[in-house]
Amino acid sequence: MSNNFTKVENPVLVVEGKQADNERLKAESDYLRGTIKEDLQDRMTGGFTSDNFQLIRTHGMYQQDDRDIRAERQKQKLEPLHNVMLRARLPGGIINPTQWLAIDKFADDYTSYGSIRLTTRQTFQFHGVLKPNIKLMHQTLNSVGLDSIATAGDVNRNVLCTSNPVESTLHQEAYEWATKLSEHLLPKTRAYAEIWLDEEKVETTEADEIEPILGSNYLPRKFKTTVVIPPNNDIDVHANDLNFVAISEGGKLIGFNVLVGGGLAMTHGDKGTYPRCADDFGFIAKEDTLAIAAAVVTVQRDWGNRVNRKNAKTKYTLDRVGVDTFKAEVEKRAGVEFSESRSYEFTHRGDSFGWVEGIDGKHHLTLFIENGRILDSERADFDGKTLKTGMREIAKIHQGDFRLTANQNLIVAGVAEADKAVIEQLARDNGLLNDGVSNQRKASMACVAFPTCPLAMAEAERYLPTLVDDVEAILEKNNLKDESIILRVTGCPNGCGRAMLAEIGLVGKGPGKYNMYLGSDLAGSRVPKLYKENVDEAGVLSEIDALSARWSAERNDNEAFGDFVIRAGIVEQVIVSFKDFHHA
Amino acid sequence: MGEIVMLPEQRLLNQNTSNSANNSSALDASQLASLQQSVADYSSLQLAWASGYLAAKSEQGHHAQLAPVATPVAAKTLTILYASQTGNAKGVASQLEKSVKAAGITVVLKNIADYKAKSLKNESHLLIVASTNGEGEAPDDAIEFHEFLLGKKAPKLPNLSYSVLALGDSSYEFFCQTGKDFDERLQALGAKQVAPRLDCDVDYDSECESWTLSIVESLKDELTQADAALTPVSYIGDLPTAGATSQYSKQNPFAAEFSLSQKITGRDSAKDVRHIEIDLAESGLTYQVGDALGVWFENDETLVAKLLTELNFSGDEKITLKVSGEVQELSLQEALISQLEITQTAPAFIEFWAQHSQNGKLLAVAKDKNAAREFAGEHQIIDVVNLAKADVDAQSFVNALRKITPRLYSIASAQSEVEEEVHLTVGVVSYDANGDTRTGGASGFLTQRLEEGQKVRVFVEHNDNFRLPQSDDTPVIMIGPGTGVAPFRAFMQEREAREASGDNWMFFGDQTFTQDFLYQVEWQNYLKSGLLTRMDVAFSRDQAEKIYVQDRLKEQASEVFSWLERGAHLYICGDANRMAKDVHQTLVEIIQEHGKLSAEQAEDYLKSLRSNKRYQKDVY
Repeated sequence: MSNNFTKVENPVLVVEGKQADNERLKAESDYLRGTIKEDLQDRMTGGFTSDNFQLIRTHGMYQQDDRDIRAERQKQKLEPLHNVMLRARLPGGIINPTQWLAIDKFADDYTSYGSIRLTTRQTFQFHGVLKPNIKLMHQTLNSVGLDSIATAGDVNRNVLCTSNPVESTLHQEAYEWATKLSEHLLPKTRAYAEIWLDEEKVETTEADEIEPILGSNYLPRKFKTTVVIPPNNDIDVHANDLNFVAISEGGKLIGFNVLVGGGLAMTHGDKGTYPRCADDFGFIAKEDTLAIAAAVVTVQRDWGNRVNRKNAKTKYTLDRVGVDTFKAEVEKRAGVEFSESRSYEFTHRGDSFGWVEGIDGKHHLTLFIENGRILDSERADFDGKTLKTGMREIAKIHQGDFRLTANQNLIVAGVAEADKAVIEQLARDNGLLNDGVSNQRKASMACVAFPTCPLAMAEAERYLPTLVDDVEAILEKNNLKDESIILRVTGCPNGCGRAMLAEIGLVGKGPGKYNMYLGSDLAGSRVPKLYKENVDEAGVLSEIDALSARWSAERNDNEAFGDFVIRAGIVEQVIVSFKDFHHA
Repeated sequence: MGEIVMLPEQRLLNQNTSNSANNSSALDASQLASLQQSVADYSSLQLAWASGYLAAKSEQGHHAQLAPVATPVAAKTLTILYASQTGNAKGVASQLEKSVKAAGITVVLKNIADYKAKSLKNESHLLIVASTNGEGEAPDDAIEFHEFLLGKKAPKLPNLSYSVLALGDSSYEFFCQTGKDFDERLQALGAKQVAPRLDCDVDYDSECESWTLSIVESLKDELTQADAALTPVSYIGDLPTAGATSQYSKQNPFAAEFSLSQKITGRDSAKDVRHIEIDLAESGLTYQVGDALGVWFENDETLVAKLLTELNFSGDEKITLKVSGEVQELSLQEALISQLEITQTAPAFIEFWAQHSQNGKLLAVAKDKNAAREFAGEHQIIDVVNLAKADVDAQSFVNALRKITPRLYSIASAQSEVEEEVHLTVGVVSYDANGDTRTGGASGFLTQRLEEGQKVRVFVEHNDNFRLPQSDDTPVIMIGPGTGVAPFRAFMQEREAREASGDNWMFFGDQTFTQDFLYQVEWQNYLKSGLLTRMDVAFSRDQAEKIYVQDRLKEQASEVFSWLERGAHLYICGDANRMAKDVHQTLVEIIQEHGKLSAEQAEDYLKSLRSNKRYQKDVY
C-alpha cells in the first residue's frame, strides 16, 4: 500500500519559524476555556469573539451564519445571522432510540432549519442553533449520554468504524475499539463540563490538567482516526490520518494493519498541498491498539508543522520526515514493533441498501438518506417526504439501535423478525425507503456547503440532486442505465465531501464553477487527477456526457469509469501524490 | 419613532398660523410681496445675514420714528406661559405672542417650568397655553407650577386678568384637564377671565385663530399704547435655532427628496421598521438632535376608493372645505385623499355614525367615552362605516371628519454627521380588519406608497425639551426601546462629532434579538470605538418570560443610581402608555433603594432631575 516515498535523508523533524496564530490561541486558552463563558453573557452579538470563535470548535461547534441572507442583513444594519453548527461525538456512528428522540426534539425546538444532518464523519449535526440555546443543547446531549467534545479543531475527531451489520460479532469488537480509541485520544481538560454543563471548576494546578497525549498546545492540525472492516472501505481510509484495518480469523478480531497519513484537503492554487493516500505501517495485535494510536498521535504532535497550517497534517509530516523515520519513532514510543501487514482487500465503499440478516439472526435495514438530510417537508421543499417524522416514529418502537454510516446513510439495526414489517411500513410511509433510487444516486455524495458553511465557494448539497437527475439521463442515453460513477461534489477543497476519492470529483472554485477531477477507483485506493478547471454546470454535464459515451463504447468488461479514464489516457494516474498530483 | 396612532396633544402640531409675516409685519401687502420675492432664493446663511442687516438698519436709519420705544411709559405687561410636552403648546404660545405683539402689547413669553409661581401675585395679565398628557396629568414642565397653584400656598389673585387655552384630545376622558385645572383654580383665587377658556381638540387651527383675535380685542385698550404698534419686531433673532431662518414651516412645508427607505428588521420579524433618509438640500431647514420632523402625507387611493364604494359615493361629489384658511370646492375623492383624516378615527365620528345609522353596537360604544376612544383607536373610518349603513350626504360626511394633520417623527440623525440629510426610524403600523390590511396613514405613505426619488412635504419641529446636556462631559443614560431608539442614534452621532467625553449608556429593547435589534451594527461599532460606554438590551420574546428594558435597569440598579449621582442626564423615548410609565416606576424604585429614600422622596428626586432638565422624555 505504500506508494509514497519511504526514505528521506537527514529529515527535518521539527519545523522552525514563527508559529501560526492558532498555536498562540491554543496556548493562551487555559486548556480550551478561553473566554467562552464571558461571550455567552454578551447580549450584543450572537457570535463569539476572536479566539473563542476558534476555540468553540474543540467543543464541537462551528460559528456559521445564513449566507443566503448575509447581504440582506448588512443592508438592514443587522449583524450576520450568527448561529452554531454542532457536530456530535458518536464513535462508530451508533445512537440508540432514546438518544434519537432527544436530538429529534431539540432539532425541532431549537434549530433554525429543524433538521438532523447525517455527515460523512458518521455522526449527526445540528445546524442553526442560536447562542442563548447552546448550553441547553449540550445539556440535552449530556442528559442522554452524548457530547460533542473534540469533533472539530486541532484534536482527534470522531472515530469512524465500518458499518457492517452482517458480521455482527466482528463489528461489535471493531466498534468497541472505535469507542476506546475515541476516549483514549480525547482532550482531558474539564473545559467542556465547566462551560456547558455548569460543572464546578475543580481547584487544580496546571500540572494536574496536563494533556498526556495531546499536550497543552494540542495537535498542529485536525486529526482523523478510523477502524475499518474489509472488504468495505466505506469510511475511506485514505481520507484519514490513522486507520486500523481489522484483521480477523474465524470471524474473530485478532489485530489491525495500521495505515497512517491519508488526507484529502488542499488549497486551490497552492501546489504544496495535495490529497494523499495513507501508508501501511504493518500489523499489530489488538491489545497494542491504544499504545500505537497514542504513539502516532504524539509523533504527529511533536513533529507536525506548527508554522504553516497548510502543511500541518500528518500526511505532510510523513512526506517531510519519510515513512521509515516516522514509523520507527512510533515503534519506539509505543514499545511495539509492527509486523508484516496481513493481506486484505477493499472492493467497495458504498452501503448495501434494504434488509440484511446478521449472523446473530437480527435484521438490519439500511436506508438511503439523500445528502444525509433528515427533515420534514413542512420545514423545506422536500418532495413531500417526512423523513424526520418517520425516524421519530421508528425510534418510538425500535428495540435495537441506529447506525449512521460514513456515506451519510442510516441503518435501523438489530430488528427482531417480528418487528420487521411495522418498521418497514413506517419507513415506506415517510419516504425513508424508496425502491426507485438509482444506483447513480446511491453512488453520489456532497458536503453541506451553502448556505451554512463559511468555507463554501460553490453550491454542493443543493446542487447534487439535480446534477444526479441529469447524470442519470446521460447514462441512460449512453446505454449505461444500471451503471454508476462514484460522483462527489464538495463546495471547497477542504475535503468534507471526499471528492478527492471519487471517480468524478467536483471541487467548488467559485459560484457555479468547479474544478473537475477524474480517476479514483471503486475501492477508494487512488487519488483522482485534475481534468478541467473552472467548469460551469453546463460544462460539467457536457464533459460527463462525452466521457461516459467513450466509456460506454470503449470500456473493457465491467471496467469501472475511474479505471477507464486512466487506461484511456484521459488523465494520468496519481501514484505518488507529492509529485504526481500537480504534475501537468 | 413609530407612527402615532391616537394622539394626545403633544404629538399634534403647532398652530403656526398661516403666514407669520402677515400678522407681525408693518409692511403693506405689496411691500411684503416684494420682500418675500427678493429673499425667496436666499440660502439659510444669506437669510440669517439679511435678518441681521435689517435689524441693524432699523436701529440706525429709522430711529426717529421709534422714539416712543425709547421712552416707554410704564405699560402693563402681558405674560404668556406655556406648558408643553413636545413643543405644541409652545408653538401656539409663540404664535399668540406674535399676534399680541403686533397689536402693540408688551408681552413676556415663558416656559412655565422657568416661571416662579410666587410671582403670580405681581401679574396683571396672564395667558396660559397648556397641554394635557394622556391620563389628564400636567406635562412634565408644568408639574411644579400645577402643584403650587392648586395647593394651599397659592395666593389670592384679585388683580389678575387671565385666560387659558387648553390643548387636548377629546377622545381622552380627561380632555384638556390641565387647562381646566388652571382655569378653575385661577377663578377660585379671584382672578378675572378676559375671555372664556378655549378647549382645543386635535384640529384646532381655526378655533385658535378666533380665540387669539378675541384676546387681542379685549386686551388691546388696556395694554396698548397709542403708537406702540410701530415698534419694530425683532423676534427672529430670539428664536433658538437656525430653522427659523428657513421659509419652510408646517403651513409651508418643504418638498424634500425621499432618498432612501431601508427595512431594518429581519425577514422573520413580526414588525416592519424602516430606516428612512430624506434630503433637505436647498431648503435651509436645519435641526438639532432631539428635534422631530413633521411629515405631511396623502391617504392611500385604494383605501379611498374602497371607502367611496362602501358609502355609495362616486367620489365626484363636490364638497366645500377650508383649505389653508380659505373655503374651497373640491371633489369628495380629492378631499379624502389629501385633506381629510381617514386612518385615524375621532370618537366624535363614532358618535356621528352611530346617530346616522342608529346601529345598536355603535350607539352603545359612543355613549361611553373610554369605550369610544378605544374603539376609535382600533377602527379606521372604513371599518366604522363597514359596520352599519347610514344615509348621509357627502358634505355632512366630510364635516364629520377631522382635517388631515402631519405626523411627527423623532429625528434619528445629527447634521454634524449627515449634513443636509435627515433620517427617520418609522415603524409601519398595520393590522388586519375585515379581511384587509389596514395601514397607518403616514407610515403607509412613507413605507409603501412613496418611492425613492419622489418628494415628501416636511418641516422641522423643534423640541427644546429633549436636548443633550450643555456639557460634553456630562454622562447620559438613554432608554429607547423599539423605534424609541431614533433620537439616541442622533445623540450618538452628535456626541461623536463633538468628540464629547461624557459617558453614554444605552438601553434598548424589542421583540427578538435576531430580527428586531434596530441599528445593531452601529451600536456594536459605537461600543467598539468606546463612544458608547455600556449597552443593555432586552428582547421580550426570546425566552419564556418577558424581559423589558425596565428589567435591565433593575438588574443594573446600583450602577444606574451611581450614574445619576454623578450627574447623568436621563432620557426616555418611545411608548408613552406602558414603557415610559414602567420605566419611571422602576427609576423610582431604584432611587428609593439605592438612595435610601422614601417613595415620595424618590419622586422628588426625579422631579428635581426634571426641573434641572436632567430627566427628559419624548414619548408618544
